Amino acid sequence: MNAGVELLLTIADDELVLGWRNSEWTGIAPFLEEDVAFSSIAQNEIGHARALYELAAAELGTTADELAFDRRPEEYRCAPLVQLRRLEWARTIARHWLYETADEIRLGALKASDDPAIAGIAAKMDREEAYHRMHAEMWVDRLLASEEGRARLNEAVDELWPYALGVLDDELRPELRRRAEERLGRRLPGVEPVPRGVHEAELAELWEEMTMVRRSAPAGARW
Amino acid sequence: MIYEVFRQERKGQPFQHAGSVVAPDERFAEIYAREQYGRRQESVALWLVPREAVHEIDEFPDEFDLKYRRVDGYSIKARLHEAREKALSSEPRAPNQP
Repeated sequence: MNAGVELLLTIADDELVLGWRNSEWTGIAPFLEEDVAFSSIAQNEIGHARALYELAAAELGTTADELAFDRRPEEYRCAPLVQLRRLEWARTIARHWLYETADEIRLGALKASDDPAIAGIAAKMDREEAYHRMHAEMWVDRLLASEEGRARLNEAVDELWPYALGVLDDELRPELRRRAEERLGRRLPGVEPVPRGVHEAELAELWEEMTMVRRSAPAGARW
Repeated sequence: MIYEVFRQERKGQPFQHAGSVVAPDERFAEIYAREQYGRRQESVALWLVPREAVHEIDEFPDEFDLKYRRVDGYSIKARLHEAREKALSSEPRAPNQP
């Protein structure tokens, strides 16, 4: 598998699994408007995953569905950050914001790629991610504005920080630290990143759920 | 805060009331309105108006039944029918004298 395809799969897996995690709030988000908005963001992430899987599938002679649903859990390349199940709003917002910040750095690097297909899809994703970032940033401002919100956000960010570092490759991590520290107005702990390749127990559970319907149908079923 | 949302379906068309969103401030309202009234490409523009900025008038007294002012107060169809009946039943008028 060439490096380009590997990269497409890596980002696609991040987007698919985060989309699933965020969609766990559908119907139970703190209030109705947020429920609609957060579900829509989750759907966008899954849409990005599809576009990326399609590009990878064309190279590999397979289909987006097969890549998304027919691999074993241990074959997914998603960062542990998106695997975690954290149905607590401060952690969800912290994860969302950390991921979007890391993703912006990653997409910035990809937009400069020599491969026009990769540069093109990165630019396209970035235009939609801009609204996800707006959503994440307004929540961060809101949480930072009150004592309780600030305390809960900080606690969640500290917990997730080693995972957030694991989203990016070594050379992009310092930029994530710089942006996050500037935004929060404090230093973040010097910790070892939880890198890709680590599979949290929660991923296997999610995989069961995510592929259940597809596995229940005979191979080659058309939907 | 409640924000009333108006949406424009195509450039040049009037904005129409679409619904409302509850949001703590304008930034939240913008995101929520985008997601609820724009994510399916059903709008080319949205207006967000805080509900308290809307000046509502809902009383229109009509004590003297001035129905001739209302569009439905004067039925052209009935009047025409009446006039036709009258014209058919009455004697032909004497021609005008030069």
